[in-house]
Amino acid sequence: MQDDFRARQLRARDMLRGDLELPEIEKMVEESIMTTTLDKAVNWARSNSLFPATFGLACCAIEMMSMVAARLDAARFGFEAFRATPRQADLLILSGRVSIKMAPVIRRIYDQMLEPKWAIAMGACSSSMGVFNNYAIVPADKFMPVDVHVPGCPPRPEALMHGILKLRKQIQADPDQGWRARYGGEGTEELLPDADTYAAAINVPGGEEGQGA
Amino acid sequence: MVALTDLLGETPARRDAILDVSSIDQSGLSEELLTLNFGPHHPATHGVLRLITTLEGEVVRDLKPIIGYVHTGIEKTAEDKAYWKAIPVIERMDYLAYFFNAYAFCGAVETLAGIEVPPRAQYLRVLFMELNRIMSHLVWLGTSALDLGAISMFWYCFRDREQILDLFEMATGQRMHTRYFQVGGVFEDIPSGFDAKVREFCATMPTRVDQFAAMLDNNEIVIQRLQNVAAVDEQTLLGLGVTGPLLRATGNTWDLRKAAPYCSYDHFEFKVPVGTVGDNYDRYRCRLEEMRESVKIVRQALDGLPEGPYITDDRKYALPPRHELATSMEALIHHFKLVTEGFRVPPGECYFPVESPRGELGCFVRSDGTSKPARVHMRDPSFVNLQATLPMCKDLYIADFIATLAMLDPILGGIDR
Amino acid sequence: MPDATGLELIANDLRDQDDDGVLATVFFREKAMLIVNAPFVPTALEHLRAMGYSFMASVHGVDYFPEEPRLGVHYELLDMHAVDRITVKTRVHTEDPHVPSASIAWPTANHQEREIYDMFGVIFDDHPDLRRILMPDDYEGYPQRRDFPVGGEPVLFTHNETKSPGWWH
Repeated sequence: MQDDFRARQLRARDMLRGDLELPEIEKMVEESIMTTTLDKAVNWARSNSLFPATFGLACCAIEMMSMVAARLDAARFGFEAFRATPRQADLLILSGRVSIKMAPVIRRIYDQMLEPKWAIAMGACSSSMGVFNNYAIVPADKFMPVDVHVPGCPPRPEALMHGILKLRKQIQADPDQGWRARYGGEGTEELLPDADTYAAAINVPGGEEGQGA
Repeated sequence: MVALTDLLGETPARRDAILDVSSIDQSGLSEELLTLNFGPHHPATHGVLRLITTLEGEVVRDLKPIIGYVHTGIEKTAEDKAYWKAIPVIERMDYLAYFFNAYAFCGAVETLAGIEVPPRAQYLRVLFMELNRIMSHLVWLGTSALDLGAISMFWYCFRDREQILDLFEMATGQRMHTRYFQVGGVFEDIPSGFDAKVREFCATMPTRVDQFAAMLDNNEIVIQRLQNVAAVDEQTLLGLGVTGPLLRATGNTWDLRKAAPYCSYDHFEFKVPVGTVGDNYDRYRCRLEEMRESVKIVRQALDGLPEGPYITDDRKYALPPRHELATSMEALIHHFKLVTEGFRVPPGECYFPVESPRGELGCFVRSDGTSKPARVHMRDPSFVNLQATLPMCKDLYIADFIATLAMLDPILGGIDR
Repeated sequence: MPDATGLELIANDLRDQDDDGVLATVFFREKAMLIVNAPFVPTALEHLRAMGYSFMASVHGVDYFPEEPRLGVHYELLDMHAVDRITVKTRVHTEDPHVPSASIAWPTANHQEREIYDMFGVIFDDHPDLRRILMPDDYEGYPQRRDFPVGGEPVLFTHNETKSPGWWH
């Protein structure tokens, strides 16, 4: 490593002096600049600076606050800038049980968010009614598209972090194959629908999730 | 602008100091009150609380809370489940005081069923409840200081909260909603090493509380924002049914742990912090001191932890230990009945109050002889304390109203159930 | 707690005021309970306040279905000086679920009575603002009545909807 660095240093010095030839200059430029497609760069930037909306509903909110707190620091991933206004946020973490009175409010807030936006249903209650299966609450998928469901009651901050990191990989268009990679289950993925059938099926305006703008 | 020198003398109450807006000469301008909607999605309301405020300039003239945004029908769900299965559901009401929710319910069922809780279980219950009290006050302090702008308190308080959650996880397996309290005692005895860890925590916690006090107590901004703000007299609060640190800040010493001791609280020596003026500063100081007193109780509970069973011996209500299932037919039958149907509680109605971090948490259970409760109702302190928001915040600036809301410590899970 | 004799004395005092006000007294597990007629509730509460039970700890509703009268309202009173509790209970039918409101004399009952109205349908006469508090304003039905179904929703997941829409039918 040291020699490599030293060699590069010397080459840079030579280039500045005008002592290098063109092929060497090209090689040096290649080594020192990252090139990539614009999409990938944009996705990389988006995924590493998600602005979650402060949306604490119930018990899961306390564990979400724990995720931001000192032990499991969300700031090291770039996610500490929780934005109170949905207009500036791009990730809605539904932390807690969604009651029928709150559902239209959440939908409105989700609509106020600007594309690209993602949603994480944190906890068992928002994903699938959780411990309670009664008249008063509604699962989040019924009224808004959700990208990642994090199970748990409440999920540990580590679990929520795992979910957000999965979402991050999804945003980078490199979704985590998970168990399919480990157990050779390629080909069992659900087909991602195209825009028309998807919209018709769940009556939601807007495109597929996780694909960017 | 108020300078520190103004505070050295007599400080008027904030309400008196606010300029009467309507008395300003408007030069022919008409004025009307502005109705502003706060929440349910708002960074400063603690949870999904919606407040319709009527403002005159920046002064709050009227306040209507609208709740129900996290109503989960817990009481109805609990009617559908066996008593044992209802405990996790009921724990999730006031989500920062889960041990208290569970204890209120278990206490009510134990009263109805006439079960005696063994002393070791009582001491363990006190230990966990007081740790929960400290944890609840830490979250309150962190989020309230965040509202006031003292953002670093959030990190400090949550760091200490992680220590307590580690203790919970060590003993019960879960950080929150531990399902540890059972009807008749606790689920499991504490593991070895738990004692040492709790003592370690008790050794460091008082220093932490001292550090919090050093940062906030004499802080000029905290004093200006909290002192003499939103004081309400004791009679109004009693009429509104307010209990807990809000009532104790006015000077009323009502604390169920001292007045009507339950669960061996009379074996412990601790003080009940009480305020004088009843303003936001007193409420803040009361809760800070309560953290110190709770540490004392935890230490005493550990020192005096009696030997013995951790759950009642009555096999009709508590699972028999597993080794008995191999030898005793009766134990097997009891186990089977308890796991499939659950125990039956003789018919009756009972109201069981406990002192939770926010006030009197009462659990009303009506049993009709079957294995499922016929009605469970939690008298949640935050629900009743919320009615005091208007008297506290009337004629105050919006900023003071936000600080008062923080000092009220509302937990929407308990309010909406 | 007022013991059993104390409870009987209180009941007798109340009966002096109104013969058919007090329907029964129950002393169960060391707790005193008075069962009164719905119109008699304010008088009973004021009498108990004069006796020292000046703190209303809780107002909650119960549905005694299938026993009639179905809807019950319980008032938990607390005497902070003597550390005593007493419960006042009343029951009404669903056909005529009127109970005089205690919220004027006891401000703490305001939200709690609204909750009972919301959940059980008990109408509190002279309540300053009787409307739903926990359920949405336009909700139909009284959820915590025993014959109201617990409810529940089929759980959907965003991805599954296209593969098998409406699978719960």
